[in-house]
Amino acid sequence: MYQALMDEPSITVVPVAREGEAIPVAAGLFIAGQNPVISIQNAGLYEAGDALRGLALGIGLPLVMFIGYRGHNRKGDTPDSAATFLEPYLHMWRVDYFVVESDEDLDRVPLAFDLAAKTNQPVAVAIGTEYAKSVEPSEVAQGGSR
Amino acid sequence: MITYADACRVINNSRDEAVVVTTMTQTKYWYQISKHPDLDIGIANAMSKASSVAFGIALGKPDRSVICLDADGSLLMNFGSLATIAGMAPKNLYHFVFNNGIYSVTGGQPLPTPGVDYAKAAEACGYASAYRFEDVESLDSLLPKILAGPGPVLIEIMVQGEPQAEGVDQTWESNAKMPLQLRALRKRLTGSDDWGPGGPYL
Repeated sequence: MYQALMDEPSITVVPVAREGEAIPVAAGLFIAGQNPVISIQNAGLYEAGDALRGLALGIGLPLVMFIGYRGHNRKGDTPDSAATFLEPYLHMWRVDYFVVESDEDLDRVPLAFDLAAKTNQPVAVAIGTEYAKSVEPSEVAQGGSR
Repeated sequence: MITYADACRVINNSRDEAVVVTTMTQTKYWYQISKHPDLDIGIANAMSKASSVAFGIALGKPDRSVICLDADGSLLMNFGSLATIAGMAPKNLYHFVFNNGIYSVTGGQPLPTPGVDYAKAAEACGYASAYRFEDVESLDSLLPKILAGPGPVLIEIMVQGEPQAEGVDQTWESNAKMPLQLRALRKRLTGSDDWGPGGPYL
């Protein structure tokens, strides 16, 4: 994904040292008339909590946030707390979100842009296939994957 | 030591049409003297992120100078931003750091260590140049040349700490000020008045 973004001439990638910078950098770009999105992992979204509060929700920033759904599997039973807490976390902040698990779900992405623009609020797109091989609950029960 | 008032006066004299992003104690002094309030924003209610907002504006508007009036405690909390800024190296970003050694707005507690040299840290991360000023005369004489040169530049200013017993202003009105300012600045920079109300304060 990173290489695809780097190779796309219409997109400028701004690498940040820490996820908490991503939202304020996006806010600055939006103030300057650009069209930013952010792309971080769920664990990074937790790190970015105060920036999400103050500089996205607090200012009414229409920002689409692509969130890598690390640890996600469709059975909902995962040993990765980064996945366990993502949707409760988004509910807690009252951030609307769409889950994209396969190419068939890609039509949800423009819906996220439309919703962000309509509400002047951040909207998350959780990318559920960041890791193709998810851990089976049976393996967890046996302790085999820890 | 330099006073906040003197530092802000000298910066204001040389700002020209730069966007100025302030935070913490600097905001209070800057608002008293700024000659272009329509190009100012004060980042409150988002810890340590003034430099990141200024960086984003600088990237998005490369033809306009952007000044950030940051603080030592804030920069310590967002220290990685030095590397982030150096990575994209916006030539129009001038990053001031007011070094007072304390957390003023929470009552004046000392920073974990008072000995950090922020100018050296910026240089080590790859800023185009970095300076540290301990007297206002040197700042006054060199600043026009610094602001005429290429960024990113870090300008560290040694100031006397001012603990604020009253704490952070957190009224509904004070919190609504930032989203209103950001909308006004976007309109000023882009000519577009298309950022409508949103969030808890508007």
